[in-house]
Amino acid sequence: MKKLLFVQSKPPHGSLQGQEGLDAILAGSAFVDCAVLFTGDGVYQLLSQQHTDALSSRDYAVTYLALEDYGVDQIYCVAADLQQRGLTTADLLLNPTPLDDAEVQTLLQGADAILDF
Amino acid sequence: MLHTVNKSPDASALRQCLQVIGADDVLVLIEDGVYCALIANVVDSWLEAPLTVYATLADVEARGLLGRLDPRVAMIDYEHFVSLCVAHPASKRWS
Amino acid sequence: MQFMIVVQGGPYTTQASLTAWHFARAVLASGHEIYRVFFYHDGAYNGNALIAPPQDEINLVEAWRSLGEEHSLELIVCVASALRRGMLDATEAQRYEKSASNLDPHFTISGLGQLIDGALTADRTMTFGS
Repeated sequence: MKKLLFVQSKPPHGSLQGQEGLDAILAGSAFVDCAVLFTGDGVYQLLSQQHTDALSSRDYAVTYLALEDYGVDQIYCVAADLQQRGLTTADLLLNPTPLDDAEVQTLLQGADAILDF
Repeated sequence: MLHTVNKSPDASALRQCLQVIGADDVLVLIEDGVYCALIANVVDSWLEAPLTVYATLADVEARGLLGRLDPRVAMIDYEHFVSLCVAHPASKRWS
Repeated sequence: MQFMIVVQGGPYTTQASLTAWHFARAVLASGHEIYRVFFYHDGAYNGNALIAPPQDEINLVEAWRSLGEEHSLELIVCVASALRRGMLDATEAQRYEKSASNLDPHFTISGLGQLIDGALTADRTMTFGS
């Protein structure tokens, strides 16, 4: 079975890419083992305490909490991108595994297909 | 594997790509990504071997960049781009 | 080889659709096959039958339609992306009691399963977006 890697690279709410990217991850999980990598501003999607009422934007971040129920447990972020933004995994609503550059390279090389969002 | 960058160096796409690109990997600059190969934009020797870098000719021509790009970047048409995809099982888009 | 092409930008909003179209033509010209073209995010707008660009500009909806017709390609628009963006075929227009439909008939509305199936089945998957 192919290994699918989903990459989330955009912050939430400024565009629909994060939300629709998550929809694709959930769809993928029904077919095959999926891995998810948060890169660059994509790490902001996992920030906890997102309150969307005043913006009238969808609080889709809570759906990330369901990933485990969907069998998606290979969740990673780029350690340097987290650090550059003054964040640690303690700030996030999930516990992605932070990867150094060599580990990200290995993850990318190991994917049969990469879906970038 | 194959990497594509479609943003100018003003964005972070190229920088993020270069952090993880491997020695045997190939980079294709497409769309606004071709500005990354502008001679003035090539800093810190990122274009050095063993990295192989291409730029889509149609994008280069459309932007008036012929003759302004680092000579180490090879111009390719879309069919050559396709052949690079055939040669590399997976591709990563940096945008 | 079979290619899965994912278009994540609307016609004219970014260059994604134009690049994807050039790439798709090159795939076919190179003797390879296109398993499916999947339009996601703003890519759903590529099925808009109502666009009327200037005569001296490429009509990207027409370009995709012609390519699809000539090579019997599956041009799939993700249902969730389409509905959000007001891209409706006759069935969806009726379902949501809208006054009109606007999806070019050469495009088909379907689910994300088509994206995943394509990525798993095709030999190569290329995404075009911003």
